[in-house]
Order: sequence, then C-alpha cells, then structure tokens
Amino acid sequence: MHYLDHAATTPMLPEAVDAVAAALRETGNPSSLHAAGRRARRVVEESRERLAAAVGAKPYEVVFTGGGTEADNLAVKGIFWARRDADPRRRLVLAGAVEHHAVVDSVQWLQRHEGAEVRWLPVDAYGRVRPETLAAALADAEGTAALVSVMWANNEVGTVQPIAELAAIAAGHRVPFHTDAVQAVGALPVDFGRSGADALTLTGHKLGGPVGAGALVLGRDVACAPLLHGGGQEREVRSGTLNTAAIAGLAVATEAAVAARSVTAARVSGLRDELVAGVLARVPDAVLSGDPADRLPGNAHFAFPGCEGDSLLMLLDARGVQCSTGSACSAGVAQPSHVLTAMGVEPSLARGSLRFSLGHSSTGADVDALLAALPGAVERSRRAVLASASSR
Amino acid sequence: MRVLAAVSGGVDSAVALARAVDAGHDVTAVHLALARNPASTRTGARGCCTLEDARDARRAADVVGVPFYVWDLAERFHADVIDDFVAEYAAGRTPNPCLRCNEKIKFAAVLDRAVALGFDAVVTGHHARLSGGVLRRSVDAAKDQSYVLAVLSADQLAHAMFPLGDSTKDAVRAEAAARGLAVADKPDSHDICFIADGDTRGFLRRALGDRPGAVVDAETGDVVGRHEGAYGFTVGQRRGLGLSRPGGDPRYVLSIEPVGGTVTVGPGSMLDVGLVTGSRPVWTSGSAPGPAFDCLAQLRAHSAPVPASVTVGSAGHGTVGVRLAEPVRGIATGQAVVLYDGDTVLGSATITATAGVETAGAGIPAR
Repeated sequence: MHYLDHAATTPMLPEAVDAVAAALRETGNPSSLHAAGRRARRVVEESRERLAAAVGAKPYEVVFTGGGTEADNLAVKGIFWARRDADPRRRLVLAGAVEHHAVVDSVQWLQRHEGAEVRWLPVDAYGRVRPETLAAALADAEGTAALVSVMWANNEVGTVQPIAELAAIAAGHRVPFHTDAVQAVGALPVDFGRSGADALTLTGHKLGGPVGAGALVLGRDVACAPLLHGGGQEREVRSGTLNTAAIAGLAVATEAAVAARSVTAARVSGLRDELVAGVLARVPDAVLSGDPADRLPGNAHFAFPGCEGDSLLMLLDARGVQCSTGSACSAGVAQPSHVLTAMGVEPSLARGSLRFSLGHSSTGADVDALLAALPGAVERSRRAVLASASSR
Repeated sequence: MRVLAAVSGGVDSAVALARAVDAGHDVTAVHLALARNPASTRTGARGCCTLEDARDARRAADVVGVPFYVWDLAERFHADVIDDFVAEYAAGRTPNPCLRCNEKIKFAAVLDRAVALGFDAVVTGHHARLSGGVLRRSVDAAKDQSYVLAVLSADQLAHAMFPLGDSTKDAVRAEAAARGLAVADKPDSHDICFIADGDTRGFLRRALGDRPGAVVDAETGDVVGRHEGAYGFTVGQRRGLGLSRPGGDPRYVLSIEPVGGTVTVGPGSMLDVGLVTGSRPVWTSGSAPGPAFDCLAQLRAHSAPVPASVTVGSAGHGTVGVRLAEPVRGIATGQAVVLYDGDTVLGSATITATAGVETAGAGIPAR
C-alpha cells in the first residue's frame, strides 16, 4: 500500500505513541488537587510548555482543544462574540475564500444565526489572499470588523499565505487576526509570536500526533468567548476534562516535527518535485494547481482534464495508491471544491482534481507506484467520462 | 470477474454484494446518490436515497470487506427518471419509475461507466434469476422483480448479475443476519423513492401546477365532477374521484385526455381490456421469438399474468399487439407489458393503447 494522503492524516511518530500509551496507563484528572491529579497536571503543563516553545508561543497562550475543527470554531465564534459584546458595531467577519470548512462553515453559521456580516477575501489564481486585498477590505470596514481569518497554508492546493503581512495589516486596524495553521505546523517555519497573529489553530494528527488533540494558540490579550461551558479548565475559554494522554502525544509530536522540520521538508519537497515532474511527463496536459514554488513541501495537487477525480481515486485505490480528491464530502458525494472555484478553475476541470500529499514516512517507492498506476487510470477515467456523455 | 455491486443500504443489495464476493469475484461496492439533496429527502428506513441509507450501504461494504464509493447520479436520475415520470403523467399515462431507473440509470449510466472503468458486470439485489442471458422470475413469487427488469436489452443483461434469484426474501434476511449485516431487519421499500411523503398527487401538483378539468361519465356524457389536474388520476382508479352521482353504480377512471384535461369515468365493465398495443419492444434474447406466438402477458408490476397471443410489428420492432385470452381490468398506458414463457422473460414493451373486449376480435387496432 502506498499512502499519499498525509494531509488527511499522517502516521503517528513512535515517540508520540509511547507518550500517549504511557500517559494512558496513569490515573488522574489534571484538575484534581491530590497526588494523582498533580501528576496528570504536570504532564499537561510540561506538554503546554513544550508545545508553546515549538511554535514560538508562551505557555499561557496555548488552549488545548479536541482538534483543529474545535480550535477554528472557538477562534471564529469566540472572538466574534467577544468583539460584538464589547462593541455592537463590530459584526463584520473577513475570511479568505479558500479557508477550510471548519472556518467557512463557522463564519456562515455566524452569518445565519448571530447577525454577522461577512466579507470573503478573494484569492488570486494560486489561491493566495493578496495583502492589498485585505488592506482595502479593512479600510472599507473601519470600526465594524470583528476579526480576520486567513489560513497559513491551503489544505487542498498547498499555497502558502503571506501571514506576517496580512497579520500586520489587521493589527494596523486593531482587528484580531486568526490563522488556521493545521497544515503548516511541522511543515513550514511557524512562529506564533513573530507572525503577528492573535490566534493560531494547530492539530496533532497532521504532524505525527494523535487525532482528537489540538490547540488554539490565543494571544494573552485577545478576548474570546467560550464555546464549551463547564469547569473552565483552559483559561475559562475552554471547558472539559483535559485529555492528558492525547495532549502528551500532541506536544511530543509537535516538538519532534518542528525539530526535524528543515530536514524532513527538504526530503519531502524533493520527493514531491519528482512526483510533479513525473506526473507532468506521463500526463502532459495535467495542470498543477496552486503556487508552483511557495507551497507546502508535501503537497501536489493536479487537475486532469477530461477525468473525474472520484473515478481516478477509485482506480488508484485498486492499485494500492491512496490519495484524495481534496474536496469535502457529504455521504461521499464530491462537491465542487470551493477552493478551486475561488481560484477561478473551470468546474469541468475542478471535477478532475486529485491531491497527492507526502509526509515524514513517504518514500520514492510511493512516488514510483503512483507514476506507474496513473497513466492507465487517467485513460480509463477519460473513457468513463466519454461513455457517460455518449449514453445521454 | 471484476464486478461493481450497487448497494442501496437495504438488505437485498447487501446480501447480493456478499454473495458476489463469495463467488470469487473482485468486487467494488458503489452507492448511487440519486437525490439532489440527500439530507432533505425522506428520513427513516424505507428509502434508498437518504444519508442513513448511504451509511448502511457503506457499513455493509465494510462488513463484507470490499471498497466502497458513492457515485453521484442525481442529475441523470432527475433528467431520466423524475422528469420522465412527470412528463408521462402530464401526457395522461402512468409510468413505472423503477423500470425506467433500471433501464436508464442502473444498467445504462452506471453500467457504461463501470465498463469504461474496467468492470465486467453490475451486480444488484433484484429478485430475479439470470443465467446464460435467460431472465427468469425469482423463486419467491411474491418478491419477484423480473417485471421491472424486463426492459433490459440482451446486451445490458450480458453485463448484469442478480445473485438473489434462487432465494426467498426470508432466506435473504436470514442470511443477512447470519452474516452480521445490520440491515437484516430493515423494512422493505415500497413507495416511489423520490416522493418523500408518498403523496404522488401532491408531488405532481407541485411539478405541474393546477390544470383543472371535467370528469365526464362515459355512459351519459354528463359532467359529473371537476378536478384540479388530470395527472392525479390513473386508469382503473375508483377511490377519490369526488363525483356527485348519489346512489349510482361505482365509477372507475376509463381514460384520461391530457390536453383538454377530461377524465372519463364509467362502470367497471367498460374497463375490460382485450387487446394491448405496445411500443419500443425489447427482446431479452435480442430478437422476437417469432412474428406471432403465444405466451403469458403481465400488465402491472404486481398482477397475475394472463395467456396471450402476440403479433410482432413489421421488421421485429416498432410495435407489438398483445391479444389477451381473458379480459383484464384497468390497464394504464405508460405501464409495461411483459411477456413470459412460463417463468422466463421473453421481452417487454411500453403500453401505448388498449382496446375493449369487443374490438379485440377484430385484430390489432390502427394505432
């Protein structure tokens, strides 16, 4: 089996598995005052410090969550609520047009249920929000903006956003800036303090940690209302008994991924470049999506003209090559990708898209297997498209 | 063989899938997404189009251990089945959407795609026997679905597999339970899958709007009622006519004239049909058994077949005339006439005209 879907989830690092397993064997609620509780608390707080150090944050800024989706929901809704409560005129949310659904759907929910105004920030053909776009939008919205949310790097097409520039523009307007860095941490240099962002989402299972553990790195002075009410465990912003074992695994994995980042990224991007060159050599009319250079090291996203992404995926799966169409699914039905649509990709081309994503365990054999299976799959998929067109 | 099993989320297709695996085939399961918005179609366990059904189908594929994908055929289904259904009613006929779905979706759009992708056959959970190109009734007469499959051509049947034809429904359910398939106790689906509330008349009214017209008595010529749309009626219908004929004999719908919207009613005796004309005949073997032959004819999805004499129109295609040995009551145009030799399907045609017992002796009518 050849796994080319690391952007969906990547294998856990052995040291993270060990950290989770060790913590699972211990009893103790980190909020308890007795010895067992203190022991668990120590694991959580050491993890907080290690995670903070790995991403250039202060320990107090790390709010542990149940994953990236929760962290995105907390940032978008929580900061919106806090800003609106402080000043009822601040109801405008500005978000990139290619955000992950965890942000897109949170913003749309605020629009439908909380009276939010929304401005989607358009992107260029690579999927990038240009700084001047944000600057103009904020200049337009003086006194009404609640927050800005732009992802660090796109999960589908891999394009890296100019986060420091965007965050500086938002700061100039005194508007909190959130960035979903789920795909970026461990793959790109991510330093929360230097980025100028006010809130940053990360998650464990994209960097070698467990599923179900993530964090919102939230600046000390950023007001944020809670989504989950209860014991107030995390800075009164997030309630719920802390998941000590998952948090331990998250911290160990983040630390290891960040420490190995420059070496891993160089190796993975080398493989990715071979993959891109190999695909273009075998399927000359394939179109590489996203920024050809400034992209996630493991990401290669293509549109294959005349093909359907889901049949390509099925044919490659049958050959032991696992990848993704990169778009959201509802009951497994592929919807047109809002990312590609925002980039101006024709719907017929967008339908023939596949994402190959490499990671820390990828090898040259994975790339070779894809390149061996791809031409036949493309040919068959094209035949299927023609067959359904002619049987009309 | 590399086969594609269409799994609805119901018990039949789940067992058919498992049997295809047991038979040694390289099986891939697909669930057909037919509703444009699955979340808004009916809930509960009766359909094949809800998110719950999709999950049940996926779970069955997981239990059996085969890859599972969803194929989105909503646009094709809408164009070829739902729009056709509405247009047929608007034209005064009574279509059978399940038959159309087999003809246009499962064994056309899906089969064509499957063959192009390298599959040899499509497997479904229909209750019918298929062997060597010969399509026969299921051993379970009550669950037999050969009627809705009789529209398939020899070429379509050559790429079809129906693993359940030798089993009764009870046996299929028991096997599902023994295999650990959670859908073993799921109720059968009965209604039209795209009409969530089962209200066909309401569905048609939303699609076609009000088209008021008169209800006329065939014997007296009197207008005996008004209606909001002739599409709300089916030939042979007795209930819900809303007639102002106190104390009279029961009245049945005899015919529907779609342009003027006139619905003609009359006594049950006038419903007797002795001769049926069918168009677009499809022969299971690829050609008609002969220019004229005796067989059994079935005129509705769930009715007893009757002995008949068939005359095939010129050049073996175009039309068939089916003279019934005994009168059959209330035959609606748009339905299929399916011809059987014993329990073997010979072919089918779409009913375009019917004639009463008296005229049947005169041979095939002009139209």
